[in-house]
Amino acid sequence: MSKGTAALVAPPPLAGTGRRRRRISGDRIFRAIAYGAAGLILVIAGIFIIALFIPALPAITRFGLGFFVSQTWDPVRSQFGALPAIYGTLVTSAIALVIAFPVGLGAALFLAEDARLRFLRGPLSFAIELLAGIPSVVIGLWAFFILTPLMRDNIDPFLKHTLGFLPIFQGSASGYGFLTAGVVLAIMVLPILIALSRDVIRAVPRSLREASLALGATNAETIWSVILPYARAGITGAVLLSLGRALGETIAVTMVIGNRPQITGSLFASGYTLPSVIANEFTEAVGDVYLGALFYLGVVLVLITIAVNVIARLLVWRFTGSERAAV
Amino acid sequence: MAFHRVGAGGGMSLPLIRTLVDRLVGGLIVLCVSVAAIPVLVLLLFVLINGLPGMLTPGFFTDPPYPQGVPGGGVLNAIIGTLEIVGIGSLLAVPVGALIGIFLSEYGRNQVGNTVRFISDVFTGLPSIAFGIFGYTVVVLTTHHFSALSASIALAVLMLPVILRATETALVLVPNSLREAGLALGAPRWRVTLEIIVPAALGGIVTGALLAMARAAGETAPLLFTAFGNDIVQTNPWQPMGALSLTIFRNALVPYPNLQQQAWAAGLLLVALVAATNILARIYVRRIQR
Repeated sequence: MSKGTAALVAPPPLAGTGRRRRRISGDRIFRAIAYGAAGLILVIAGIFIIALFIPALPAITRFGLGFFVSQTWDPVRSQFGALPAIYGTLVTSAIALVIAFPVGLGAALFLAEDARLRFLRGPLSFAIELLAGIPSVVIGLWAFFILTPLMRDNIDPFLKHTLGFLPIFQGSASGYGFLTAGVVLAIMVLPILIALSRDVIRAVPRSLREASLALGATNAETIWSVILPYARAGITGAVLLSLGRALGETIAVTMVIGNRPQITGSLFASGYTLPSVIANEFTEAVGDVYLGALFYLGVVLVLITIAVNVIARLLVWRFTGSERAAV
Repeated sequence: MAFHRVGAGGGMSLPLIRTLVDRLVGGLIVLCVSVAAIPVLVLLLFVLINGLPGMLTPGFFTDPPYPQGVPGGGVLNAIIGTLEIVGIGSLLAVPVGALIGIFLSEYGRNQVGNTVRFISDVFTGLPSIAFGIFGYTVVVLTTHHFSALSASIALAVLMLPVILRATETALVLVPNSLREAGLALGAPRWRVTLEIIVPAALGGIVTGALLAMARAAGETAPLLFTAFGNDIVQTNPWQPMGALSLTIFRNALVPYPNLQQQAWAAGLLLVALVAATNILARIYVRRIQR
């Protein structure tokens, strides 16, 4: 090749490599920024965990694991135990699920399955989304002024009258207590329970339904013996995710549970939950140990909710086969 | 659907009991969905009825709160506080969240991506009060006083998972042919991502950001030990600041009718704010989709 042609040919590749080099470095920088952002969330997660423990340390060193089994919550004598709050958290969440599960499952079946009243599906889905968007403090406000008098004057006396032979429906009812908090939580977990169960039920293969119907089963029999057994793992996951939501709900519960650290069998009685102790007593907590005890409750709460959530997500994922960010 | 017609057609030869059970279950399902829809209507109705009078009181939007027992006063401090706290929180969370979303969609099909997704899901499930503890330890304990900034940081972390998941979902939905077309034209990957993929997915990203902001605006628990509340109109992010949610929580629990009325009005305002943000997000999605 002559020098002339080489000179003529040379520039384009040169320019090309030059551009490519710039392109590679640009891509490298962008990639590094993207990885950096991803690393940032890992860093935040690390700091988050440490940040939960730091303010709790005075109480952790003082009470250790005995905190979990101690029933005393006595700020005056600086004796603190988490048991009443753990009890209240579990009881209110259990009430919430007992109420919300049948209602939510029925509503989910309607939205996913039912061929009747199809025109109602859109508005109902919208209403449920709307409920999910109402801030918990507004639900608490409503519950505080409207629901508690209703519970005190109507629902609690009715329960006492009809089911009063059960110890859980005995004792005096002020309207503030486990039952009211449970009802509020039921309302608050309904949207997520319905949305997740609906998706799980929709993921049941159509051929299974059709096979069941073709064999002569009624719709009710198809739901009971085909759809629900198939969707069981996914629905369990949905219930657990709702449970996670109920366990950590703070403000609305604080406004209606009565805020008293006690363990009693009566659902009419006032109680406490893990987050409501923190929210209610933070401003009045003096001293490292008292504040530390509140944040120790926070640590307990976070550990419980993480455990519940991880199990729930594994179940939902395995079922729907997709990772869905929860509502 | 065919589903029901088949069932009904088969009903002719069914024993009575099976038909009855079927009807009963159908009725129960309709009952369930009505029970689920009632709380929404009741809640909104009560908030509207109880909130409107307070909202129409002169000075509600323009005055700071007066001392307890003094009639009148408004929630100017809380309106400014909510907007500022959520605003700063969004400024922190939206760029970072969007960037992590881009990472997940464009580079995240690996162990790193799965770890990020897992952490983001764990964050989604955490009780909101935990984010308050985070803000308290990281900012309040180190600066030794409550501040709006600590609340913004707490809310930013709370918003992060919503934004990054929305971004990832939106980016993944962009057809691969667009990516390939861009690369085939010789554009480097970062330009393809920023100038083709991200604009194509902008609707989803903006929607995610708006939904995250709506959620953050309604939160109370993370503000209790960060922004703390302030009856004085405060705009300095380093100082304690009021918020609508805090006004509702505190005013509901005091025995003064005018403050309780203010709590309802603040509730109505907060619901309106959250609903408006949600509707904006929906409208935006529709416009983009067209």
